[in-house]
Amino acid sequence: MTHAPFIIAAYVIALGTPLALTVLAFTRRAAARRVLKGIDNGKAAR
Amino acid sequence: MILTATYARLSGATNRLASPTRFMRYSARLLPWLFGVGVLLTAIGVGGGLFITPPDYQQGDTVRIMYVHVPFAWLASLGYAWLAACSFVSLVWRHPLADLAAAEISPVGAAFTAVCLATGSLWGKPTWGTWWVWDARLTSVFILLVLYIGHIVLLRAYDDDTRGQRTAAIFALIGVVNLPIIKFSVDWWNTLHQPASITLTGAPTIAMSIFWPLPFTAIGFTLIFFGIVFCRLQAAILERQARNQLAARLFASAEG
Repeated sequence: MTHAPFIIAAYVIALGTPLALTVLAFTRRAAARRVLKGIDNGKAAR
Repeated sequence: MILTATYARLSGATNRLASPTRFMRYSARLLPWLFGVGVLLTAIGVGGGLFITPPDYQQGDTVRIMYVHVPFAWLASLGYAWLAACSFVSLVWRHPLADLAAAEISPVGAAFTAVCLATGSLWGKPTWGTWWVWDARLTSVFILLVLYIGHIVLLRAYDDDTRGQRTAAIFALIGVVNLPIIKFSVDWWNTLHQPASITLTGAPTIAMSIFWPLPFTAIGFTLIFFGIVFCRLQAAILERQARNQLAARLFASAEG
């Protein structure tokens, strides 16, 4: 394959960025759910 | 009369579609499909683009960068159009979900635009002999990235969230003028960037043996883009609920 480093770099950036954004989005959603659950548990305990 | 009826119907539809509860319910069902089908289509397109399609007779294997560069270029503009639509809904109907959506679209749009520029640069060096030129297409896409960043900055520039959202929405709507400039820059000016090979009205000017993986990656990355924004929007709605509940509790304890 000619110019392999350019092609590999382009694919790493193009596949890695959406993957990182997806992981970040799901992590953030899970953290928000944990906070809400914590608030609900606090309410139930009182 | 007709205008009033149309406005009322549009307003009703916007309110129905943009209810946070309804959005959470529908998006929870939609997310696995967006990511599942998106990843599958992208995998077919990437596999085909890297291992099945023949090299181009002029560019050689570097043409394979097209299968990732072109979808990101489309999504950079599509994302901005979506951001502008949400900004319009936010300004006209003052719907809070539109504000949240706009805030979640711009970072994803900025990242996709940056990927478009980076992959374009990696394609430009072996084919044009340079990483970057200030031609009309590249410059207008760079301005798109600046517009996305400007929107993100403006949202956070005010202590009052509503003022920030309003200013950012107006800024996003003004920036829409850049979208036709990006689209037609290769026709209006003499650019190093090639004119469009794929149009909605005509057949692609690329040989089918090279072209076929592109629709797979284009649709695949589009579904993933929507999936990321929907997931971020779900998170933003949950965070807002948590903030509201905490504020209500603090208020109640201060009263008691």
